[in-house]
Amino acid sequence: MGAIDPALLLAALVVAATPILLAALGELVVERAGVLNLGVEGMMITGAICGFAVAVNTGSPAIGFVAAAAGGAVLALLFALLTQLALANQVASGLALTLFGLGLSSLLGQGYVGIKPPPTPRLDLGPLSDIPFLGRVVFSHDLMVYLALALVAAIWAMLKYTRAGLILRAVGENHDAAHALGYRVVRVRVLAILFGGACAGLGGAYISLIRVPQWTEGMTAGAGWIALALVVFASWKAGRVLLGAWLFGGVTVLQLNLQAAGLAIPVEYLSMSPYLITILVLVIMSADKSRAPASLGRIFHASQ
Amino acid sequence: MTQTLLSISDVTKAYPGVIANDAVSFDIREGEVHALLGENGAGKSTLVKMIYGLVKPDSGSMSLRGAPFAPANPSAARAAGVAMVFQHFSLFDALSVAENVALGMEHPPPLRTLATRIREVSETYGLPLDPGRLTGDLSAGERQRVEIIRCLLQEPRLLIMDEPTSVLTPQEVEILFETLRRLASEGVAILYISHKLEEIRALCDHATILRQGRNVGTCTPRETSARAMAEMMVGSTFATPARTAHAPGEVALEVEELSLPAPSAFGTALKSIGFTVRQGEILGIGGVAGNGQDELLAALSGEITTNAPTVRLHGAPAGHLGPAERRRRGLLTAPEERLGHAAAPDMTLTENALLTGADREGLLARGFVRWRAARAFAEAVIARFDVRTPGPETAARALSGGNLQKFVIGREVLQRPEVFVVNQPTWGVDAAAAAAIRQALLDLAAEGTAILCISQDLDELMEISDRFAALNEGRLSPARPAAGLSVEEIGLMMGGAHDMEVAHV
Repeated sequence: MGAIDPALLLAALVVAATPILLAALGELVVERAGVLNLGVEGMMITGAICGFAVAVNTGSPAIGFVAAAAGGAVLALLFALLTQLALANQVASGLALTLFGLGLSSLLGQGYVGIKPPPTPRLDLGPLSDIPFLGRVVFSHDLMVYLALALVAAIWAMLKYTRAGLILRAVGENHDAAHALGYRVVRVRVLAILFGGACAGLGGAYISLIRVPQWTEGMTAGAGWIALALVVFASWKAGRVLLGAWLFGGVTVLQLNLQAAGLAIPVEYLSMSPYLITILVLVIMSADKSRAPASLGRIFHASQ
Repeated sequence: MTQTLLSISDVTKAYPGVIANDAVSFDIREGEVHALLGENGAGKSTLVKMIYGLVKPDSGSMSLRGAPFAPANPSAARAAGVAMVFQHFSLFDALSVAENVALGMEHPPPLRTLATRIREVSETYGLPLDPGRLTGDLSAGERQRVEIIRCLLQEPRLLIMDEPTSVLTPQEVEILFETLRRLASEGVAILYISHKLEEIRALCDHATILRQGRNVGTCTPRETSARAMAEMMVGSTFATPARTAHAPGEVALEVEELSLPAPSAFGTALKSIGFTVRQGEILGIGGVAGNGQDELLAALSGEITTNAPTVRLHGAPAGHLGPAERRRRGLLTAPEERLGHAAAPDMTLTENALLTGADREGLLARGFVRWRAARAFAEAVIARFDVRTPGPETAARALSGGNLQKFVIGREVLQRPEVFVVNQPTWGVDAAAAAAIRQALLDLAAEGTAILCISQDLDELMEISDRFAALNEGRLSPARPAAGLSVEEIGLMMGGAHDMEVAHV
């Protein structure tokens, strides 16, 4: 046990949390607009392969991340067309999107197995990185980590203080009333879905380009589902999504370290622990009175 | 102030299969309260949606103060000075009052400034409101204040009100009218839609009457009787329900100390409710919507079960019985919500007739459905209650509100209930159909059925009930003989004006 360095552990925690944090933030915005997109896993893995392939071919991880966001958004656009224009059932469309994304990504990824992507540099924060402990934990990451953290603050502020956020919440709360007041319900939702897709794509690419970094089929391994659960148990609040993601990342890293340290617990129990503990803690946290957006998952049709 | 504000000429709007507005023309002058009358489906809502920019007319034109007026969306209408209070509140439960107001404005100030302005305006017009509260926690009257204040903050020149008083107590209605009269005296034109003809006679200067999408006439409400206006709306004369005197029999339904926790977050708890209904008697229960009506109906129908002795049918405890067993014992119910509660929207009338009539009408044989008998029963309901439908195989959803209401009431009436509980029997039903339904209830009582009628239409309750009680925040007032009750007394039984006060002028 003494082999585990807390600074390293915390630094690894932040990295492990980033993919689900990104995906969950996107889904948070989608659900606050009243849409339930169960295709997060599919959009993540599509983003993972799009980002990976483009980064390998261009040699630039930055362009790779842009491509990942675009890939996730394109898949999300499919979902938006189905649910917002063709008025298809959101649950069924979301599940189909996940299956489609998994299949599409293995097809796209056929030529990329076993290749190493170009490395993503750590952000150079100069002397800040040299601070003992803190420098290691906080100031020695790549740009995406800081971007994800900035996104938490931005989404929180957007929902709480801006008119755009107010309209988004209004659409998710009561789409008929929002329509009666003249807001474009479908447009708001399509934009939210695209944003959610782009975020999921970034989250996926973070796995394939930085966290692992290589391409294997089905490499997101349920991270999209954890992101979905995170949004619900975080009571649709950005700050709690961050806590949940850190918790999940923390337990993941810890159990990996424990496995490496050869603890006398079967590996299967350790592997399932992040999922169990995260859900348990979030269930307890979500026991307050906050509730889902009232129009969540309901189909909107502007009649008359 | 006799200048024309809004002029509508030859406006036509058609939907697939129905012409909602057919060359409608009329003028609204500044500072007048103009009533728009018509049955359900006469085209009132479509017309105001066009004025508010939610719907575009197929042909025809409108002009506002002489300039052409064709709002592309509600923002354009609001910018031109048109504001609207919706029939079904356009409010967001999970947002605060100030946020709700901000959503209805074009360029809302920062929330803190807005909160101050909400306080100012609510003070001026005597509509107290706390901008920080969550809208879902407000009473129906308070929710309406949010809508009205949202409109007033935009200093409108034309205020459209779609059925604003259906959720208010008589005292609250009087205060609303004071506010509207004050606005009219400031030069604001008000377009007022309501089914309540006596209110229109008290408030409005002019009335335009729509029937099947056409403007069929105008009148001055103060000089026209409510009955004459109703006949203009329907286009024919109809009989007023007549009651025959008869002595009530034994106690059929007895409720004692009925208390229930609120079934949902925005529901109402019932607090030690007690009453009796005798055979042949109609007990009317009034009260503003959301004061426990739905919960009371659920407790009586058996959808929510309670301790056995709290509900007694013919003296036998029945509080623990489910709906099917209560039906078997003669207690039938007709809930308020037609689509989804009283009837399954996508099932045919035959199937819907079967759903509640299976036992009492013997429509089942050893677990198999006797379709022929079920169809015959549905046809009997259709014939007896003059339900306008192509036939018993039509889906319930395809019927107009009034026709479906006649069907769901008729379905229960034909099962010869011993106790009949009905919630809002004529809600959203035109005058002629409403008269027919009320007559059916009176006839049923004359044959010895004990009837409990829950309604928000006080005129209706006064017309048919023998005794009257009011629900207020889950409590039931003691029942009093309906004959001779004044509107003020009824209003006080319903909880008065809550904390509203008349506008400080």
